[in-house]
Amino acid sequence: MAKPKIALYWAASCGGCDVAVLDTNEKLLDIANIADIVFWPIALDFKYHHLEAMEDGSVDLCLFNGAIRSSEQERIARLLRAKSKVMVAFGACACFGGIPALANFTNRDEIFERAYVEAPSNANANGTFPQTLTKVSEGELELPELFDTVLTLAQVIDVEYFVPGCPPPVDIILKVVDLFATGQLPPVGAIIASDKTLCDECDRTKEEKKITKFYRPHEIIPDPKKCLLEQGIICCGPATRGGCGLRCIQANMPCRGCFGPPPGVVDQGAKLVSALASIYQGDSEAEIARMVEEVLDPAGTFYRFGLADSMLKRKRLQQPQTEGIK
Amino acid sequence: MSFEPKIVGILCNWCSYAGADLAGISRKKYTPNVRVVRVMCSGRVDPTFVLKAFESGADGVLICGCHPGECHYAEGNYKAARRIPLLKKMLSQLGIEDERVRLEWVSASEGDRFASIVDEMTEQIRRLGPFSRNGGGENG
Amino acid sequence: MKRITIDPITRLEGHGKIEIFLNDDGDVENAYLQIPELRGFEKFCEGRPVEEMPRIVPRICGVCPGAHHMASAKATDAVYHVDPPPAAKKLRELFYCAHVLHSHIAHFYALAAPDFVLGPTSDPAQRNILGLIAKVGLEVGGEVIKHRAYAQDIQAVIGGKATHPVCGLPGGMSKAITEEERKDFEEKAKSLVEFGKFSIKLFNDLVLANKEYLELITGDIYTMKSYYMGMVDNNNKVSFYEGDIRVVDPEGKEVAKFKPADYLDYIAEHTEPWSYLKFPFLKKVGWKGLVDGKDSGVYRVNSLARLNVSDGMATPLAQTEYERMFDTLGGKPVHATLAFHWARLIELLYAAERLLELCRDGEITSPEVRTIPTATPDEGVGVVEAPRGTLIHHYQTDEKGIVEKVNLIVATGHNYPAMNMSVKRAAQGLIKKGKVASEGLLNMVEMAFRAYDPCMACATHTLPGQMPLEIVIYNSKGEVAERLSRL
Repeated sequence: MAKPKIALYWAASCGGCDVAVLDTNEKLLDIANIADIVFWPIALDFKYHHLEAMEDGSVDLCLFNGAIRSSEQERIARLLRAKSKVMVAFGACACFGGIPALANFTNRDEIFERAYVEAPSNANANGTFPQTLTKVSEGELELPELFDTVLTLAQVIDVEYFVPGCPPPVDIILKVVDLFATGQLPPVGAIIASDKTLCDECDRTKEEKKITKFYRPHEIIPDPKKCLLEQGIICCGPATRGGCGLRCIQANMPCRGCFGPPPGVVDQGAKLVSALASIYQGDSEAEIARMVEEVLDPAGTFYRFGLADSMLKRKRLQQPQTEGIK
Repeated sequence: MSFEPKIVGILCNWCSYAGADLAGISRKKYTPNVRVVRVMCSGRVDPTFVLKAFESGADGVLICGCHPGECHYAEGNYKAARRIPLLKKMLSQLGIEDERVRLEWVSASEGDRFASIVDEMTEQIRRLGPFSRNGGGENG
Repeated sequence: MKRITIDPITRLEGHGKIEIFLNDDGDVENAYLQIPELRGFEKFCEGRPVEEMPRIVPRICGVCPGAHHMASAKATDAVYHVDPPPAAKKLRELFYCAHVLHSHIAHFYALAAPDFVLGPTSDPAQRNILGLIAKVGLEVGGEVIKHRAYAQDIQAVIGGKATHPVCGLPGGMSKAITEEERKDFEEKAKSLVEFGKFSIKLFNDLVLANKEYLELITGDIYTMKSYYMGMVDNNNKVSFYEGDIRVVDPEGKEVAKFKPADYLDYIAEHTEPWSYLKFPFLKKVGWKGLVDGKDSGVYRVNSLARLNVSDGMATPLAQTEYERMFDTLGGKPVHATLAFHWARLIELLYAAERLLELCRDGEITSPEVRTIPTATPDEGVGVVEAPRGTLIHHYQTDEKGIVEKVNLIVATGHNYPAMNMSVKRAAQGLIKKGKVASEGLLNMVEMAFRAYDPCMACATHTLPGQMPLEIVIYNSKGEVAERLSRL
């Protein structure tokens, strides 16, 4: 019997999810024994036309990491959807937008302006910008178009499963492969991680959540055994799905939400606003104003990995029309 | 045709809803742009509701509760008092103007006050224009 | 004009494609290496608290996140005008040695070794890690996996996770290491030194002892006479974590040595409309286009460059190898692009020796790993040598430490002009009169960019016995004239 076929691809990605697959170390050899990897640009030399030549549905499992922010990434996402039976949004970027989705605070023009004109090391007096089509003396060169808005994978194609994390931990990766290999994948739509919040799984001592001041991580040296939030350090644990193994917490640093919202939460940022404001001690206007001051970057902290997946998805693109001014 | 703002009003049962009701019973004339949702306490207002309102087509969200110290559940309105300003700071980072989300304390006897708040907010948002999330289109 | 497209280029980190144009004689007129993506870190980091930058910027690259993390942490130190305690700096450097080790091990064994151990024109079905293991034994594969895992483990213990660590803060590290952890690191470091020696011996026995390979390394197709840039310590020895940046010309003479904060006086970036990636060049020499030589501002970074700009290695075993390499290849500077692989192994050995030194440092388990910043933040530059070359992070903040401006010059960026030229030179040397030199071309085009290989911890397995590559040649009517594939 032919071995099942697996494809891996990276869109707007850093490569960390591919490295995570490689960090399964010797177990990766076991994976290579039970399946054929037919497409994986970081490791293998199969090109796009090989993918195009495959029969639709001939790939049994596709692990797709990275967000969608260019015409080429959208094209390959659709192509892989056609070729694959099971599509997995692999890693925080494919699931929620990830760090690249912070670009939803800005737009393509602003990014271009900074990168190609404003940056202090630029020598670009002509104001040259990259173009989707350039005529050179020998012929024409093409580049894909960059979008204003970064999208999650599920906002572009149908996705069967979600594996969160930046990157996903090795034990979850092996679990996904195992479920696939033994035909035990859960019902479609499942997020393959814990069903509890990070707080639930955190083994630090929790007493009473009464915060009187928010500290930035470099302003104090936190006790490594006590809850970080209780010590005044903003931690996204209350509204982040668990299953990551507390990697950041163990390094004495707070959670920044890379596993996405927990079950039942549709907007991670809104929930974190709610949770943190609820436990802050302060009823007077002055105390409340101080609390708001102390949270320096609510959108960038609470939507660190999930701006594309939030309810509003991005910063509004243009100034509103003004009508009916008397 | 000039733009008619759609404002979602989330009012607490004990004080502000009664105050709004009083405005109605008193036949107070005020702009009809608020759609009222009644909750038991302003502390019930999850910031997600505000986002949902905008996602669903609202141009503004008004949240009303009891005056500090008068909350039927003692502390609920203090939670709202902290959540809403923090939410507004986050929304401003997403390009949403300060005037579009408003937190007010309205007691059961303040029918007139409720009416003026609605009038004022409607005018402010009319000047700002409609809320549109993706003004220039999503891709490109 | 006929045209050859390779899309996407594979077995390296990042996205790219190569377009080769042939003239009427069938010779290569020009070749372009295009980078089709931009994410916008330099813009979307605006508005973030600067202490969060070391947690955001590792996502520039999942293979060298440790490099971005460290450069960023140093930049935040500079922004806050704060000096971490000595133990913190040593711990950061220990972490960083482990990072360089993971990266160099992965690159050499997964990408470079097969070309040399089996040969650049050997049967492509064997010319990969599996063929390498078959030739040198199953033990090697296991040792490679094990030692790269050691390097990842050390980073994970210190940084929370190896991919996207979190430990760096303005003023120091988020936590110290225990004596138990130190002991474990020391054992791993000892083993890594042995593995470094073993890797160089492998290279000696299977590459340097073979005359043909030596000729390939020193041959014309892969020679480029460029400037070189790298970080050196106070004694002008190769340094990864701390030091000044030194530049030498194609004859090996020092033309600049500057503090990281002054990088803007020396480096500028050119833009072309056919790529999203910019082209750095030496300001004082100027941008003369994609040409090499003393009059062109093109320079190279990465392992060979670091060895070229330095006066030696700071650890004994690596120093011996450093001297031997330059003796063998005819003195400094070495312009042979394939020598990057050799230099990389010397650095691997250095990183292991340095790791062991730091594990044995009396201060390494000190709990004093944080200085709380007190100054008003404003602006700062942090530079490290990423495994792939000099990495510059430059942040400007407001008085609260909220980022206002970010400028990044990333290691592979420095090499981008040279990579373009290497690909063109290889193509020109191999495609003549319209006849594609079949399998040799395919691999040798790959070897041209593989020597610069950017951030790819592609590890030590899963190559299925072949490197599929297809080259399609279209005639002027757009019809397929020839199709060469190795699938």
